[in-house]
Amino acid sequence: MVEEEGFRRYIAHVILWIGIAIVAFPVYLAFVASTQDNAVIANGQMSLLPGGHFFQTYYQTIFVGTSGSTREPVGNMMLNSLVMALLIALGKIAISIISAYAIVYFRFPFRMSIFWLIFITLMLPVEVRIYPTYKIVADLHMLDSYAGLSLPLIASATATLLFRQFFMTVPDELLEASRIDGAGPFRFFWDTLLPLSRTNMAALFVILFILGWNQYLWPLLITTRDDMQTIQIGIRKMITTTDALTEWPIVMATAVLAMLPPVFVVVVMQKLFVRGLVETEK
Amino acid sequence: MANVTLRSVRKTYPGGFEAIKGVDVDVGDGQFCVLVGPSGCGKSTLLRMVAGLETVTGGEIDIGGRIVNGVEPADRDIAMVFQNYALYPHMSVYNNMAYGLRNRGMAEAEIRTRVDEAARILELTSMLERKPRQLSGGQRQRVAMGRAIVRQPKVFLFDEPLSNLDAKLRIAMRVEIRKLQRRLNTTSIYVTHDQLEAMTLADILVVMNGGQVEQVGNPLDIYEKPATTFVASFIGAPPMNLMSTRPEEIRSQLAGSNAADAGIVGIRPEDFVITDETPAGGVALPLTVEAIERVGAETFVYGSREQEDQRVAATPGELPPGEVIVRIPGTQAPAIGARIRVAAVRAKLHLFSDDGRTRLNG
Repeated sequence: MVEEEGFRRYIAHVILWIGIAIVAFPVYLAFVASTQDNAVIANGQMSLLPGGHFFQTYYQTIFVGTSGSTREPVGNMMLNSLVMALLIALGKIAISIISAYAIVYFRFPFRMSIFWLIFITLMLPVEVRIYPTYKIVADLHMLDSYAGLSLPLIASATATLLFRQFFMTVPDELLEASRIDGAGPFRFFWDTLLPLSRTNMAALFVILFILGWNQYLWPLLITTRDDMQTIQIGIRKMITTTDALTEWPIVMATAVLAMLPPVFVVVVMQKLFVRGLVETEK
Repeated sequence: MANVTLRSVRKTYPGGFEAIKGVDVDVGDGQFCVLVGPSGCGKSTLLRMVAGLETVTGGEIDIGGRIVNGVEPADRDIAMVFQNYALYPHMSVYNNMAYGLRNRGMAEAEIRTRVDEAARILELTSMLERKPRQLSGGQRQRVAMGRAIVRQPKVFLFDEPLSNLDAKLRIAMRVEIRKLQRRLNTTSIYVTHDQLEAMTLADILVVMNGGQVEQVGNPLDIYEKPATTFVASFIGAPPMNLMSTRPEEIRSQLAGSNAADAGIVGIRPEDFVITDETPAGGVALPLTVEAIERVGAETFVYGSREQEDQRVAATPGELPPGEVIVRIPGTQAPAIGARIRVAAVRAKLHLFSDDGRTRLNG
């Protein structure tokens, strides 16, 4: 870091604070709205200070849900989102680390073809293959299920590539030392490669968990039952009401709740996450 | 305890490249064998074939009376020390050494005894709980050695284990490795490109070039009687001076002896003396001093000959034709540009055939 003299540092801090305000203010506003009475918000007299309905609103949001639109407790939506995000993140890591292991460490026919096949799936995200994927999931009777929510999103070229790159930096001598130490392919994977990949897995987990948590289009398509919907869908549904007032405090409380798990994951895994992205020592 | 015997071992890579072109070596029980040669000569490949990390295209590898061509590395009863040590970065020093034993299903108490013993020998006892990245280069090297000795294998294999260390540590570790090997009396095969390491460590020295063995034998025998010009210039530093006998200057001096048939004559730098006399049957050369190196105990004189040499430098490490190195006591130092006359006696001449593949004097 270059030491800046007082005035320029002051300017830099002001700019940073403005940036923080731009990012944080809407979040703060959502939180304030979630603690106000709906009537106050509806007639446009919302205060910029938190109101007195915090416990009541959050209790109702988590355990009861809106009284007009979805009537589904947000606690349940969060559970659905959590299960889906965890399945996607862990599933992707598990599948891709195994496929990267096969591609890097085993010599089998069409190895490179298979690698390129995995590679080109990068060009086929869910949005592109949405109809056939939906058809398959429907034919397998996986609509409105956790499997249907997560399986189509698990196959991942990105994570496979990342692990492949990492494995290729692991010195060959480690494999050879393992062979001489009597470790077969499975033991080498389990005893050496997995522990070495720990930080990479953590970094991937953070990215993939947030990716899974934020899924919108796919869950929207394949969930029809209210008790299977994820929180992202839930928020959208809550806002649309036909002949009643949108229950803004509950919508805002849901939005705040939807932000918490990703924030939690980032904060908890931050140290590992950064090490996974920058660490070079093997 | 075991002999290691290689019988016409060959290695051809799928692309058709012949890395090892038929090697026969016999390493006796408890002997320290050093494979030495320039990079790309196949010495590491050969070692890895003994370890089982490379497949064998032809011939037989015999460890302790058992042909191990198709045997997995873990089942060959060998231990290997790698150039970059290949320690498991996420395991403590203790676990690095214990890992191979655990995989063999050894009881934890026995493992502890062995690791503690190895740590004591290698002075690693206070570091058993550390991770490899918390250790210095020399300490990592000792952990790699420890991992090899806890196995109590029939054969130690070393793949340039000292080349990542600085010069001082390299010499210290070289002595340690030799002491350790004598103490454990385990048959060892050691690969290096450093001829000094090779000379000091070996019971049997195997000089390799281009996938073939140039010469096998006791290091001093090889030094005194190199079988080919390659060995002559590779073993010894600075390298032996090799000169064509064709120029009249040398031909006339060798006339009338069996040396007259030789195509190439070799003289070690230390066998020259600065003198005006010409020893009978020996070789005397006038030189112009081009450069000198004073290293204290001795002085190296780089001189150029008056007459052009017609030999083409054939092997790496060989001097350029026409250049001669002379080693003289450190107290002397001729001036640069001075014209001197150096001579070597008959007994110090190494005579080779024209292609450098055959030694002519005994």
